[in-house]
Amino acid sequence: MSGSCHEPAVAVEAPRAPAVAHRIALAGNPNVGKTTLFNLLTGLHQKVANYPGVTVERKSGRLVGHENIEVVDLPGTYSLNPRSIDERVAYDVLVGRMRGEPAPDVVVCVVDATNLERNLYLVSQIMDLGLPVVVALNMMDALAENGLELDVDRLAHLLGVPVVPIVARKGQGVDRLKETLLHGVPSPPTERRWTLMPAVASVVDDLAQRLGAEAPDVPERQRFFEALSALTSDILLDSWKHRAPRFYEAVQAARQELEARKVPYLQAEMIGRYGWLSALVAEVLHRRPDAQERTLSDRIDAVLTHRVAGPVIFFGMLLLIFQAIFSWAVPFMDAIEAAVAWTGEQVRAIMPDGLIEDLIVDGAITGVGNVLVFLPQILLLFFFLGLMEDTGYMARAAFIMDRLMRRLGLSGASVIPLLSGYACAVPAIMAARTLDNERDRIITIMVTPLMSCSARLPVYTLFISAFIPAIPVLGPLNTQGLAMFGLYLLGTSMAFVAAWVLKTFVFKGESAYFVMELPPYRAPQFKQVVYRMIDRAKAFVVRAGKVIFGLSIVIWFLASFPRAAQDPELAAQRQTLEAWYAHARDSLEAVGAPSSAFVELEATYEERLAPITDAEASRQISQSFIGRLGHTLEPLMRPLGFDWKITAGIISSFPAREVIVGTMATIYGVAHAGEDEVILRQALRADPAFSPLVAVSLMVFYVFALQCMSTLAVARRELGTWKWPAVMWLYMFALAYLFSLFVYQGGRLLGLG
Amino acid sequence: MTTLRDLRPGERGRVTGYVSDQLPPRIFEMGLLPGIEVELVRLAPLGDPIDLKVRGFHLSIRKHEAELILVERL
Repeated sequence: MSGSCHEPAVAVEAPRAPAVAHRIALAGNPNVGKTTLFNLLTGLHQKVANYPGVTVERKSGRLVGHENIEVVDLPGTYSLNPRSIDERVAYDVLVGRMRGEPAPDVVVCVVDATNLERNLYLVSQIMDLGLPVVVALNMMDALAENGLELDVDRLAHLLGVPVVPIVARKGQGVDRLKETLLHGVPSPPTERRWTLMPAVASVVDDLAQRLGAEAPDVPERQRFFEALSALTSDILLDSWKHRAPRFYEAVQAARQELEARKVPYLQAEMIGRYGWLSALVAEVLHRRPDAQERTLSDRIDAVLTHRVAGPVIFFGMLLLIFQAIFSWAVPFMDAIEAAVAWTGEQVRAIMPDGLIEDLIVDGAITGVGNVLVFLPQILLLFFFLGLMEDTGYMARAAFIMDRLMRRLGLSGASVIPLLSGYACAVPAIMAARTLDNERDRIITIMVTPLMSCSARLPVYTLFISAFIPAIPVLGPLNTQGLAMFGLYLLGTSMAFVAAWVLKTFVFKGESAYFVMELPPYRAPQFKQVVYRMIDRAKAFVVRAGKVIFGLSIVIWFLASFPRAAQDPELAAQRQTLEAWYAHARDSLEAVGAPSSAFVELEATYEERLAPITDAEASRQISQSFIGRLGHTLEPLMRPLGFDWKITAGIISSFPAREVIVGTMATIYGVAHAGEDEVILRQALRADPAFSPLVAVSLMVFYVFALQCMSTLAVARRELGTWKWPAVMWLYMFALAYLFSLFVYQGGRLLGLG
Repeated sequence: MTTLRDLRPGERGRVTGYVSDQLPPRIFEMGLLPGIEVELVRLAPLGDPIDLKVRGFHLSIRKHEAELILVERL
């Protein structure tokens, strides 16, 4: 570091007007501690929104102590030449072309000091935009650990921009960075310090002039970079088609001409920039003679990506994570369900009986509960995913699994979302963000809901325990366990088949590639992991919550209307019971009985009232829209072995699979019979419409059918269109129908019905 | 004609050119350019992709891309 010098190391050759920052953008490669620095600069006052029209998150905050200065965290990118949505967003923001977002006054480029060459590539691109740049040189501590020495002053001089050494995870150097920003940052030197090969440079100079003539609003300093980018990127060239049609044509002509002359113009920019940077880094970075060739990270990798140990450790870790999600989340999920039920009861206690009360308790509160109940699993999964990302292990998981996943049309990075799908498709789909290839990401999202999630468990459990006898097979294994395993296997195999089909027939022609950095291992920062976990969970609750909440109310409405006419017999029974209760209470009061007698009376009353309430609820649902829909759709579902009751159950569980258990309890009039599922199981077995074959057909239906609004809502959010979620729902419904049909009709042919 | 794919774990090479221009531009952006020294650190447990050390960091690419990159052994 540059000794005791208080001023940041900067080389100012000519006085350039320093920019006073009002909008600061943070740019940098992935895995360089950009988010850590962002959190330090803005504290916890952050806003997360989406950029218009894309699913990329826009994170912004206010500089701590300077509320008038906005800090925007750009997506991590390796280059400004856009190849992914993230890079497109970073590019558009920096050139001031993002809707509703003026270009930043200053760019803080976060750079990993242990990986200078590649990190400075992005810095050199941003400098070419003419924006004032400050380099925040992070990981200065790791530099020393790796036995490297860096001349910071020399680096600043050679780059021509201020360089501030920091250690973001320890908060070191951040005050100095802030001072630099508040003091005013000069524009970068006007002349480019790298050289483009002459054959390409002359072409780009000419194109830049044409661009200036046709689009004078593009700042002069930016024109060379814009022309070069348009020359090498189809995405960027297309954006000029209407704005500057003559420039657009000139670029196309230039491409043809360069190709004819066999000039490697696509690599020219990289060769030029790296040529400059290689020499520059050689001049400022020195290896101490005692430095070890293999870093600690390299030695860890020798174990974690070892041929044998690597996969074993990977699967061991996954097992641990899923065990944790399955078992640790359960008490919290139970607590949330209990809290939701308790809230409902409290509301029932204060509010007058009636429709509004039902709407609030059965519609709104239940709807909120449907969302919140997923939170424990989401938080846990995101915590583990965050740990894996933060330590750098995620990239190794992709490295280990890529070969296997590629066979199926996926990439190594798809492993984590897919396996997360066993817990819950919602965080799993959100986890697919780590895939930078759009095609891989879409395929992964499209097949993830086929992995049997935890919401299917209650459905599987109910029907297996009701209809599959527990016959011992081998050791602790019995037929019920095998049936459960079979259901999971069915879903998982179908996910692979679906991925293969999508790869082969839908996304054919588009070639995917795998070029991934294996970042150095770093100790996880729990604070950062927890922030990110909370961020993502919030996004789920807010975005998915709206859809789920709305649809829960719709389903409540469909189950509650039209109101069933009162059954005279049930009404008479209720009246008799109430009269008896009133009379008994009066008598107890008259003799001055102890309070225990009242409690006992109350309990007896409730116990006798339950079957009446259940019978009324059963009548209501069978005459409601859902009940009628069940009757109407029965002919469609009959070939699968489903009567109107099961059909109504399936419709009611559109918001969330596990709802079918409650609906069946209501239809069978055992909803108030107690927590125990035993009574429901008996009721199901007693119904001649049910048989083991029907139960299997129904479970197979639930393996495939996308009965989950949260999944649709989150897929819509992640893919930015309703097209794919619609396709997802349809193909999964088609699979469900066909497989159930096959199971039921096949079973009947075998004489199992 | 030696390509990056032909290197064995631990071997170093210098990039001399490309077999085809069908390589993803990302590879160039990551600095895998003519003249640069690369080390093939290891293969993934299933033999593909590969782990390269280039410009002081680790880069993973598939063999499919590696066999399009020409190298001279060092």
